Amino acid sequence: MKIHEYQGKQLLAAAGVKVPRGIVARTPDEAAAAFAELGGEIAVMKSQIHAGGRGKGRFREQPEQPGVVLIRSAEEARANAERMLGNTLVTIQTGEAGKTVNVLFVEQGLNIARELYLGIVVDRESGGPVVIASSEGGMAIEDVAAETPEKIFREAFDIGVGLLPSQVQNLSDKLGLEGQAARSAEVFLPKLCQFFVENDCSMAEINPLVVTDEGELTPLDSKVSFDDNALFRHGDVAELRDLSEEDEAEVRAGNAGLSYVNLDGNIGCLVNGAGLAMSTMDLIKLHGGEPANFLDVGGGANVEAVTEAFRIILADSNVKAVLVNIFGGIMKCDTIVEAILEAYEKVGFSVPLVVRLEGTNVELARNMLADSGRDIITATDLTDAAKKVVATLSA
Amino acid sequence: MSILVDKDTRVICQGLTGRAGLFHSQKCREYARDDCQRDSPVFLGGVTPGKGGTEVDGFPVFNKVADAVEAVGANTSMVFVPPRFCADAIIEAADAGIKLIVAITEGVPVLDMVRAKNYIDQTDSRLVGPNCPGVITPGVAKIGIMPGYIHTPGSVGLISRSGTLTYEAAWQMGRVGLGQSTCVGIGGDPIIGTNFIDLLDLFQNDPETDAILMIGEIGGNAEEQAAQYIKEKVTKPVAAFIAGRTAPPGKRMGHAGAIISGGKGTAAEKVAALEAEGIEVAQSPADMGEAMQRAIARHA
Repeated sequence: MKIHEYQGKQLLAAAGVKVPRGIVARTPDEAAAAFAELGGEIAVMKSQIHAGGRGKGRFREQPEQPGVVLIRSAEEARANAERMLGNTLVTIQTGEAGKTVNVLFVEQGLNIARELYLGIVVDRESGGPVVIASSEGGMAIEDVAAETPEKIFREAFDIGVGLLPSQVQNLSDKLGLEGQAARSAEVFLPKLCQFFVENDCSMAEINPLVVTDEGELTPLDSKVSFDDNALFRHGDVAELRDLSEEDEAEVRAGNAGLSYVNLDGNIGCLVNGAGLAMSTMDLIKLHGGEPANFLDVGGGANVEAVTEAFRIILADSNVKAVLVNIFGGIMKCDTIVEAILEAYEKVGFSVPLVVRLEGTNVELARNMLADSGRDIITATDLTDAAKKVVATLSA
Repeated sequence: MSILVDKDTRVICQGLTGRAGLFHSQKCREYARDDCQRDSPVFLGGVTPGKGGTEVDGFPVFNKVADAVEAVGANTSMVFVPPRFCADAIIEAADAGIKLIVAITEGVPVLDMVRAKNYIDQTDSRLVGPNCPGVITPGVAKIGIMPGYIHTPGSVGLISRSGTLTYEAAWQMGRVGLGQSTCVGIGGDPIIGTNFIDLLDLFQNDPETDAILMIGEIGGNAEEQAAQYIKEKVTKPVAAFIAGRTAPPGKRMGHAGAIISGGKGTAAEKVAALEAEGIEVAQSPADMGEAMQRAIARHA
């Protein structure tokens, strides 16, 4: 689960990490008041969306307006907020659809001496969390990794003991932190690691992490996401979920216990198992089609859940044909057919349906399909299924 | 031989009294008894704290894994415990001396798995999973949720990050006359007990395995590391398939570990790494069985 920058900073502040003073604004008036309350000569006003590249991003309705602006007066705050709030910010990470900005975060200006990068993720290789730091703050870490990998430094830490003083020293040395900045790192880095572990984060990225003129390490941005599977023990974090940032169909699928990802193509897919679902998409592409979605109904889904899956697929107006690919293990093929027939009754199929079944109770299921009298195209194996569903589009 | 599961395997199920735990324990018992014609029981009971001393469908229930080890001589555990208790169940099994722990449970918090794996690494227990279909040695025993009948005994070792895609592969291999020595689902999570390299090593050293089929997917770089390992250490023919060529970046594709992040972990990179080491890579998921055939033929 992702959260907004301002929410991340609020959590960090609550955990004892020093963050810049900032105020949330949901209206132009609030933006003007926030500037006045911060009381400085300069402030930064930032669009709050779950995507990066905001500074370079522009609004669809206001093509000149950047997603992050420097402001020098309450009036400037108000005027900018009017061009930002309720409008659609398009950045390199949002795709063409962009994201609606509902919240702005107005933050005090800082005297920046240096910009660093700091991130924590769970590393598959070392089997635990790792701190990734770089002297190249403000850049996408993927670009730094590709162009100047020698400027990236890593320290894996134990979740029981946290980041050791010697590891902080290593990072400070490599980043060239001295004096007050090194002392600030001794507090900041272990605290951030502790925050990561205590909150079951999947990622905590501070980019840039600035060193102020006074030598204080201060997060200028925060990008924090959490392990969905651990949210049960973090009720306060779970409340920060912003459904307006998520795809409606994906949320609906999640509520039904289905795993769904919306894609750009026109062939809807309903599959059991994540690997087979990905492979089914690949197979459609291989045979000249474009998948409209990833959909894994899982192993334990019942008729209701599978019927809901059909509703979600068919609600996508791009879908011109549907491919059902089931290899029944726990999932019984007859359960799928029951759901297909239910979907014909209750949802209605206006597009061709190709069904490939194998595994548990397959004979029973095939007979049910044959006896239904419905106009369903059956396929014997993966290739046959992909060819048939692609062929329906050119028919 | 075969790997991990053989004639000496004696299994208990942690989480036996849950719906899925009982259903699959029954299926595994049937597979050993009816499909494999084993004369002594392979599935010996289960553990559910607080229900010790009871019995469910002929399976004795114990409060603790240690009790089950002492009473029935279990050396293997199949774990169906709910996600939030799963890491503790794994640690308990290792602590009780269980040698093979197969965790089926999906949705275990990642940092819980970090803790469990740290513990397991200090013991001589092996963990497979979590979030996996399990392990089957066809004709001997299955420990997991895969349908038994799609597997045939033979000499191909199968390693996979996916569940149903593994079934597809076993079924395709059966259709072209290739049986399996052992099939292992390693699981779709970022932190797992046993990885490709662990199993490549076991299969390479297993006299009953003559060839290896490896099924990977997007996310991480385990397939790239496996390719390097195969180049250096594996002399048996290897074929592979990678799922997710059409997966968009930044989206989790069902499995917690199946995500392309920061442009890394794409199917294209993995396929290139495998092909660079001369490994036969199936271009279509429908081609896994035949790709294995081609790899064997090329090697002969």
